Amino acid sequence: MVTGNRAAVRAEHVSRHYEMGSALIQAVDDVTLEVGAGEFLALLGSSGSGKSTLLNLMAGLDHPTGGAILANGKNLSEMSPLELARYRSRTVGMVFQSFNLLPRMTLEENVELPLRLAEVDRGERGKRVQEALERVQLERRLTHRPNEMSGGEQQRAALARALVNRPTLLFADEPTGNLDSATGESIMQLLKEIQKTLGMTIVMVTHERPLADRFADRIAALADGKLVTDGVKS
Amino acid sequence: MKAGDLGELALRNLREAVLRNSLTTLGVAVGVASLVAMLSLGVGLQNLATKRLSNSGLFDTVIVTQRRNSEGVRRVVNPPPEKEPRVLDEEARKELERLPNVVEVYPQIRFPTEVRYNGIPYSTIVAGVPASAQTTGAFDGIQGHFFSGPNADEAILQIELAKDLSPQTATLLGKDLVVRYAEREALPPQSGEGEAAGDGGGNDAGGGGFSIVPREKKLRIVGIVETEPAAGFGGFGSGRLLIPLEVASALRAAQVNDLRDAVRETNGKPVYASLTVRAKSPTHVEGIETAIKAMGFGTFSLLDATRNLQLFFTIFDLLLAIFGSLALAVATLGIINTLVMAILERRREIGILKALGAADRDVKQLFFVEAGVMGLLGGIFGVGFGWFIGRALTWGTNIYLHRQNLPSAHVFSVPLWLVFGAIVFAVAVSLAAGLYPASRAARLNPVEALRYE
Repeated sequence: MVTGNRAAVRAEHVSRHYEMGSALIQAVDDVTLEVGAGEFLALLGSSGSGKSTLLNLMAGLDHPTGGAILANGKNLSEMSPLELARYRSRTVGMVFQSFNLLPRMTLEENVELPLRLAEVDRGERGKRVQEALERVQLERRLTHRPNEMSGGEQQRAALARALVNRPTLLFADEPTGNLDSATGESIMQLLKEIQKTLGMTIVMVTHERPLADRFADRIAALADGKLVTDGVKS
Repeated sequence: MKAGDLGELALRNLREAVLRNSLTTLGVAVGVASLVAMLSLGVGLQNLATKRLSNSGLFDTVIVTQRRNSEGVRRVVNPPPEKEPRVLDEEARKELERLPNVVEVYPQIRFPTEVRYNGIPYSTIVAGVPASAQTTGAFDGIQGHFFSGPNADEAILQIELAKDLSPQTATLLGKDLVVRYAEREALPPQSGEGEAAGDGGGNDAGGGGFSIVPREKKLRIVGIVETEPAAGFGGFGSGRLLIPLEVASALRAAQVNDLRDAVRETNGKPVYASLTVRAKSPTHVEGIETAIKAMGFGTFSLLDATRNLQLFFTIFDLLLAIFGSLALAVATLGIINTLVMAILERRREIGILKALGAADRDVKQLFFVEAGVMGLLGGIFGVGFGWFIGRALTWGTNIYLHRQNLPSAHVFSVPLWLVFGAIVFAVAVSLAAGLYPASRAARLNPVEALRYE
């Protein structure tokens, strides 16, 4: 189902199969899905349903074994490794369940890291980091390391890191999975606010239906690698 | 990623595992130190040998003889001369002196004598020493001083002769001794031609032959030399009593070849049995030899020996470098091990970097820079260690040499090219060692890396 907006990312008959010994694992099996620009899509499914694999394929972290992922009309499979890296750096922001902040870096350094990778000028970086941290209300924790922050703060920091390069696509893989419900709720509100204020396209993987119902514009459900429902909100 | 950011991240990573990285760097440093120590020893010994041989005058000297007089040095097979061969006279000496890159040309004067000191006679050989010998290093370590002037009635004793004269050799300095020698005294020409010309070392027999007259000369002892100084093969090497060349020439002492030359046709001009031509450096010897041969004289030098010596030291240095590099090879394995361990430890971090937009190239360069930094630091410290080892070796060697009553020697030399070469080599080897780990890190699948705990 398409929202009517121009498609930000589209999966066309996408499959991702793994060979494990003699067994063939069909993590994603012939999924066709389109996410409109500025849309908040929740990918719902139980563990092993293939939702994270689909997210990784759309984020350019993995390659489909069949079909195509099109981001802003460009087929990710046809991109060179360098172009794909640029896509991940400048078009995509990622948030993970386990935050994935670098423990030996301060909050400021963690958020600055994508700017280094995108070769943003040093003079510009401070302003961007400050802007991103203000958005997640962590501007006073610049020098703190991840182990000095709570889970919620770490996820907000990860969100700031995902936003610092001003991407158009935000992929969140179970962003509330390691958080208590109250903190998870605040993170979801933050994501919603970001979608509204920045007009970002958000694709969030979750297995929590209530959160998806409350915050996503659209829900696509996967089971055993297949898209079983698209657009249904309870 | 920009170079500055790459460097910052690499240094940060190195600081994170400071103990392991320090030990790896130390391994590189030990390897480089071993290489530097070995090569410095080779260079030092080469310098020492070159200096000693250069001081000996063996390699910057050409002996010039009249072509028919060349026996005893090297037999030159010439076609029957169409004209009279050139005479090695004063005119020829001056002509030789004008050749390019020639420092000086002097005759060899050496004659047997009887030295009287405190009334006791001692038989020995007197040799004339050119004033230039003072600057060639042949008299380094002299006890006392070199001749005060080219015409000074002074003598320098070789230590063995000095010991014969007095067990306390130092007391000889400033004392006088008397030299008894056989002077050639020219006889009037039998056919009225060829006036005897008393020019120094040349044969002044003229056309009428000469008689031998015993003479005495008082000389003041001004110096004692430990080793036997030389000025080229056939130079004043075998002389035990050294006097200024000008003084030796003025003595007109009978020399070994005088009897032979007495029967030779010399047109009444003074001729030299041989002349020593000293070149500016051994590299000029070949050109000078060619020029002298073109003038019609016979020559002899130790040019081939010099080439062989260079070949020997090249092989020697190569072998030392190979042995020295063994430690560096082991250190290289250390770098590979450290970086492979770093990949395992930082697997998740590599995944995060890739998820945030790092290209394979960025990850590879990051590991390369880390390897390069370890190589650079290892190289710098290694050169320092190597220098320290060299100083210790020189110190130890000199203690041993002093105990053996031998003069000090610099057996170790760390030239600038070795300093920079060793550092560059260490960095290059480290980068090569980082090649495999860096490629492996760059190839990591980000999804799998992010899953890694």
